[in-house]
Amino acid sequence: MNNTKSIAIGTAMLCGVLAAPFASAATTLEAVKDKGHLQCGVTSGLPGFSQPDDEGNWTGIDVDTCRAVAAAIFGDGQAVEFTPLTAKERFTALQSGEIDMLSRNTTWTLTRDASLGLNFAGVNYYDGQGFLINKNLGVNDATELSGATICIQAGTTTELNLNDYFRAKGMEYKPVVFDTSEQSLQGFVSGRCDVLTSDRSQLAALRSKLADPSSAKILPNTISKEPLGPVVRQGDDQWFNIVKWVLSVQINAEELGVTSKNVDEMLKSDNPSIKRLLGEDGDMGAKLGLQHDFGYEILKHVGNYGEMYERNVGPNTPVGLDRGVNALWTDGGVLYAPPVR
Amino acid sequence: MNKQAIDSKPASPKPWYDPRVRSVFFQVVAIALVFWGGWTLIDNTLSNMESRGISTGFGFLDETAGFGIIMSMVPYDATMSYGRTFWVGLTNTLLVSAMGIVAATIIGFIIGVARLSSNWLVAKLALVYIEVIRNIPLLLQIFFWYFAVLSSLPSPRQSVDVAGAVFLNNRGLYVPEPLTQDGFGLVWAAIAVAIAAVTGLRIWAKKRQLATGDIFPTFRVGLAILIIVPALGYLAAGSPLTWDMPELKGFNFGGGITIIPELAALWFALSLYTASFIAEIVRSGILSVSKGQTEAAKALGLPSGLTLRLVVIPQAMRVIIPPLTSQYLNLAKNSSLATAIGYPDLVAVFMGTTLNQTGQAVEVVAITMAVYLTISLSISLVMNIYNRAVAIKER
Repeated sequence: MNNTKSIAIGTAMLCGVLAAPFASAATTLEAVKDKGHLQCGVTSGLPGFSQPDDEGNWTGIDVDTCRAVAAAIFGDGQAVEFTPLTAKERFTALQSGEIDMLSRNTTWTLTRDASLGLNFAGVNYYDGQGFLINKNLGVNDATELSGATICIQAGTTTELNLNDYFRAKGMEYKPVVFDTSEQSLQGFVSGRCDVLTSDRSQLAALRSKLADPSSAKILPNTISKEPLGPVVRQGDDQWFNIVKWVLSVQINAEELGVTSKNVDEMLKSDNPSIKRLLGEDGDMGAKLGLQHDFGYEILKHVGNYGEMYERNVGPNTPVGLDRGVNALWTDGGVLYAPPVR
Repeated sequence: MNKQAIDSKPASPKPWYDPRVRSVFFQVVAIALVFWGGWTLIDNTLSNMESRGISTGFGFLDETAGFGIIMSMVPYDATMSYGRTFWVGLTNTLLVSAMGIVAATIIGFIIGVARLSSNWLVAKLALVYIEVIRNIPLLLQIFFWYFAVLSSLPSPRQSVDVAGAVFLNNRGLYVPEPLTQDGFGLVWAAIAVAIAAVTGLRIWAKKRQLATGDIFPTFRVGLAILIIVPALGYLAAGSPLTWDMPELKGFNFGGGITIIPELAALWFALSLYTASFIAEIVRSGILSVSKGQTEAAKALGLPSGLTLRLVVIPQAMRVIIPPLTSQYLNLAKNSSLATAIGYPDLVAVFMGTTLNQTGQAVEVVAITMAVYLTISLSISLVMNIYNRAVAIKER
């Protein structure tokens, strides 16, 4: 009899476990606040975008995008924990709720936006796919690459663009597909491939890791559009808005000349746009479910978009990328954030 | 006297006290619970995915894949479907598993016998091989072969050249590809005839040995038939074979057959690693045959070669086969480590790129698991049939 009873109890518990996923979860914002930190998915190491330094602190433009969201919620840019993910793992990690947002130089495409149950919350870097090649091969243009062996990272849009480009040009290639960008770089260094292909920013970052960066060059051709940005789960519009507007606040701040250094003086500014941005006027924060001064916190702890760019991938960093199309629209780039109003 | 008392059976118990009814009842309940649990999981997953806007279903298999794969046993190009990438991955997995199983068995048997050699050096070398290889994680060995050994090969323009036909460089091994011309059917026919003749010869020789005791040199004669008959057929058909030679074009060699370094590295690592386990299995099998058997064979005057072939190995096989099966299963499953070095196996192609481009993780992972299960069960089945053939037959 006892046995039967314990079986019955066990069964009841099993049912409980199975039924649990039905219970509706709290909103992402509430869940993040309860946890006390933001869980952010990043790369497992890509200079300029997300990489731990020698003390284990994560740095990079993707990392700063996460920190800005944490600053907006907690007023503390350090309230983030990072989950390093490969390209193959990233969407599953976000879908399953293991991370709250994904900021892992991820290209915004229709398929990803519409069929993965995800939403892209903006673009923090406009990129394009290019080719890294050893200088001693004497190749100056991608149209000379027919028959080349090419190293790629698995699970990226790169694999598809590469094929489109070679097919359109009627050229052949041999793809060697690796799990991480680190491994694909190793394949390139060991001579397994003639060419390494990836987003140009990644190539610049990977090139800076070579023993002799001047031995390789990036070909001038850009074969695709790669708008990279933060991603959130579909179905929580409030959270989607928060991530979207944190990035917009950073871009607007650059446009208005508000930086992490002058943000305290700017609190006294008479410019109504700046007043709204920093929470001195209107209550933009409440509309998003945040503190009224969330803009101030973002700029205080992380800074505006330009600062974030210069610090991580700008010309004075090892990655050394010019602003190019990532400049503000007022400077001839494409960065144009909707107004905070 | 009391007839009624003798006839009456003990009162049959109430159904819920009947042990048989009870056991059937609880088994039905248990099965129902299992099915209900499984159904709940599936239904829950599907409805959760739907509510999160994630696509489901197997329709994606017909969509255009649009990415290249470096090596394919079936015709493939990027305009084909995701379903096709499944077959590419599957055949590549089967290829490396089959190559690995053959090589691991051969190496394993050699090392296993060497381990028992009376030659001190041979025995110790085998011991060192086993202890070193089986105690290093397989993934590390794959990386070792791939990055340490193969990348030290020269670049295509400085290839190692063997007689202008075979080339070795860090992009792979290039060998000429035989192309059969019209009339090659005659050669196939000659091969079939030769095999039939050798089979007949064996049966005849065995009968003759049973009847007269004379031993016919079946092996030497059979080998001669296998070589001479197809060779005659080949000449009679007018040498219907040409070779597609590899040659350097632009970045790399074209033409011929290419064995990519990823395949070679994976093959070496899987074979050598599994061989170290097989060697120990072989050793245990041979040691399980009692010394008395060998001594008895010697006493009958059997030479040591025949003793090994007719007395020791058949008995050792009974011990060797079951654990050997699980090593084969391990090898097939370990081949999924291919993804680490970019060999396009099922996990790398289908569960890697295809999964990522479509985002349909649940379907892709389910298909992949079903495939590995099928491969493993097939290996088990074949090995079980073989095991039954060599198992002890009670007479």
